[in-house]
Amino acid sequence: MTTPRVPDHIRLGMTDDEYQIIVEILGREPLDAELAMYSVMWSEHCSYKSSRTHLARFTSDQPWVVVGPGENAGVVDLGDGWLAALRIESHNHPTYVEPYQGAATGVGGILRDIFTMGARPVALWDPLRFGPLDEPHNRYLFEGAVSGIAGYGNAVGVPTLGGEVEFADRFSKNPLVNVMALGILKREQLVLSAASGEGNLAILLGNATGRDGIGGASILASASFEEGDEEKRPSVQVGDPFEEKKLIEACLELYDRGLVVAIQDLGAAGISCATSEIAGNGGMGMEVDLDKVHLREGDMTPGEILMSESQERMLAVVTPENEADVLAVARKWEIDASTIGVITRGPDLVVYSKGELVCEVPAASLADDAPRYDRPSQRPGYLDEAWAEEPQIPIGLDAGDVLRTLLDDPAIGDRSWIFRQYDHMLFLNTVIAPGHDGSLLRIKGTKKGVAVSTDGDSLRIYLDPRRGSARIVFESALNVAVTGAAPYALVDNLNFGNPEVPGVMWQFIESVEGLAWACEELDVPVVGGNVSFYNQTDGVDIYPSPVVGMLGFCDPMPEHPPRLDRAREDMTVWLVGEDARHDFAASAYDRIINNNLGGRPVDVDGGEARRVIAAAVMLAYETPLLHDISIGGLAVALAEISIISGVGMTIEGVSGRELFDETPLRFIAVTHADRLDTDEPHRRIGTIGGNTLDFGEAGVLSVAEATDIWRNALSGRMAGRSTESTQRSPDA
Amino acid sequence: MTIAVIVYPGTNCEHDIVHALDLAGADSELVWHRDTDLAGADGIVLPGGFAHGDYLRTGAIARFSPIMEAIAQLAHEGVPTIGVCNGFQILCEAGLLPGAFVANRGLKFICAPTHVRVESIDSVLTRGAYIGQVLRLPLNSYEGNYVADDINKIESEGDVTLRYCNAGGSIDVSANPNGSTNSIAAVASTSRNVVGIMPHPERACEEILGSSDGMVLLEGFIASTEMPLS
Repeated sequence: MTTPRVPDHIRLGMTDDEYQIIVEILGREPLDAELAMYSVMWSEHCSYKSSRTHLARFTSDQPWVVVGPGENAGVVDLGDGWLAALRIESHNHPTYVEPYQGAATGVGGILRDIFTMGARPVALWDPLRFGPLDEPHNRYLFEGAVSGIAGYGNAVGVPTLGGEVEFADRFSKNPLVNVMALGILKREQLVLSAASGEGNLAILLGNATGRDGIGGASILASASFEEGDEEKRPSVQVGDPFEEKKLIEACLELYDRGLVVAIQDLGAAGISCATSEIAGNGGMGMEVDLDKVHLREGDMTPGEILMSESQERMLAVVTPENEADVLAVARKWEIDASTIGVITRGPDLVVYSKGELVCEVPAASLADDAPRYDRPSQRPGYLDEAWAEEPQIPIGLDAGDVLRTLLDDPAIGDRSWIFRQYDHMLFLNTVIAPGHDGSLLRIKGTKKGVAVSTDGDSLRIYLDPRRGSARIVFESALNVAVTGAAPYALVDNLNFGNPEVPGVMWQFIESVEGLAWACEELDVPVVGGNVSFYNQTDGVDIYPSPVVGMLGFCDPMPEHPPRLDRAREDMTVWLVGEDARHDFAASAYDRIINNNLGGRPVDVDGGEARRVIAAAVMLAYETPLLHDISIGGLAVALAEISIISGVGMTIEGVSGRELFDETPLRFIAVTHADRLDTDEPHRRIGTIGGNTLDFGEAGVLSVAEATDIWRNALSGRMAGRSTESTQRSPDA
Repeated sequence: MTIAVIVYPGTNCEHDIVHALDLAGADSELVWHRDTDLAGADGIVLPGGFAHGDYLRTGAIARFSPIMEAIAQLAHEGVPTIGVCNGFQILCEAGLLPGAFVANRGLKFICAPTHVRVESIDSVLTRGAYIGQVLRLPLNSYEGNYVADDINKIESEGDVTLRYCNAGGSIDVSANPNGSTNSIAAVASTSRNVVGIMPHPERACEEILGSSDGMVLLEGFIASTEMPLS
């Protein structure tokens, strides 16, 4: 019996048309290694071929942007010579295949993007989306991913300051693990990835190259999942945080001593990507000798060496005079290093193995000549049906009962089960720790502070990709604003289904439009991003899940930034923002109490967003406690204040329905004074005191019971306890 | 007066310790683990982190680092020597302190503020505190669960320096975050100049970070480098 032979380029995930483009570029058929390189570099993951056209919609021309999209990380100016580097990435498919290593190597990869720019990575955030925790396999995946983030992040010595989490059915077979990193550097430390200087040397630093992760970008990240995909496990890389820690310190010493001309990390597509990008970015070429690469296994083919995604490797371009010093720094930090190439006038990347030519292609063609697709898009049919399913919210609901149920939701309840596993204090910069709306870091030796919030809202975005996406930008802006930081720059991670499905492409285009519009309204540059397509398993696409990471900046930082644990007896509770507009589409009430997902989220006004966010920033300098209102509405926000401060409150004149309304751009202020100094609409809604959450006629719940439910929502489920009834913890 | 802060590959709290010592007015110097000379050091700190990746077992490879011989010699001569977190684990592995560490009860990494009660002021770390004083210090470890074969001897000789407690100072199971034997958080050598502490005093060195309670310990340590324990 014979089976028809599948052409190599098809096996590697390329189309016939794409193969023809390669033949045109080279003027001949590609060699094996060349085809392997193009297949990975032109994969969706590396080339953004389906999204590039639309990403041009984002703007980043604000004067404080030092490096915009396209480099390893975006860089913005914090004044007085200080810069911040930020970046977000996804490691979705590897995490489904092997949760611990998938999530761990995501952390390792993003850190290299940051220190490639010359910055010391100072903090990480991890937005997570998993299937419902009632399923044991989802608990296994979630627990593994959190352990992997903790295991890698803690050991590599970079604090993880939080993230956010959603649980929904469509993430069961396609969890989303995004990771954002922030670096701080002085302007003179900035390094770019453009090679220069004919005759300069390319030195490969770090881990030995092995067979792990070969084809990760094309096989895992650029195709959908089907049953039996466990065999893709060898495509998942294995992380070594110890090696990365040494690599960080070695690279920072190289920068300090001015020993490198350019540097590039090795991520997707390994050596082929790093060599072609660093040469292509500088308009140069490179000659590489694969025999010089330090290998973990001796008998690797040239294609395997070029495509290996072994972790913890960097490629530095150095002058011949500095070669010895660079190798000495590597020896000191106990990392391997080998000089594998030399910069040429170009334009070709020429690769030899055992004296034979295995690759001779224009360096820039791998990165720049990838096809671009303007894929067909069509408004999906589910929308009309979903919009018709208007949320039904009774006027006379019992707020105490509803709160009992909502606080028991693992995405609403206490998330310290996650962040207690992360070192979130290293470097002594953490002023506002995880568990608040945004995290706030100081920059030692200055009065400056930077805040970060990561936000997504996949179900609301499913109901209206444009409005929903705009709202996560405003949400993240308000989250940093309540720490005292003004929104300053944004990175986005666009997690979507299969782009070859017109409905998914429509979601993507609408979402980009919403994000771009909201950023323009706030005058926030989009300095970087990542697109993760093909989040589709067994034909089911995930909910459209753009995730944003907002960087906020303050100078000076508030002396006593607002915190959730600062409510005290007799303080006054204020609601700031426009009146609620009956916004229940994808609200916690409709999803959890009604078990419905329908209706259309309300629209948001850009001017209102600017005003509310500015008001929050101003109030943060003089108010003990500010808290953004989001999931679960006013009731959940107030309950969180009571639980964390350990004191009750009496709320007046707010109806039960209004308590759970999720109209955006509103926040709570808690003050000593009997007036609130803001021009934004605000009203006094209550007083701190007692030991109950007393909503008057709308209902009541004791702080002790609320605390108990809230604390057990996530930790109880992860301990495998019954989720039918909430159990009391011994110390509550 | 200079304090040597030892850096192993994988150590990550060295800059934090330097920052806190600097706030307390002490000069310090980073010393790479391949060095063999600690001449002129008036005090030694083994900071937290993951020395040698914590591979094999925490501290198990670090005890063979070239610097260890000099550390042992100075420690025996009475030079104040403290190990924080991973540094504590290394001092135990090196035999400079009794006991060892196993994984936390619950098998999860714990990064959280914790309270400790001062049990003895007869050590280079606690000399500035008072007995019964409650300090709020952050914990940050996976293997923070202290065990010792000769626990009775350690207890009877008064080597236990700090114990985990609740905010009011009482010691019970619910206030023991990691399952440590007898809620032990810090232990001193018989000679009292070598102390290991599992929570991080340097992470509680300024109010803006949530607590400055660690300073009483670091200031006591610095005082010990100037004037030996009597």
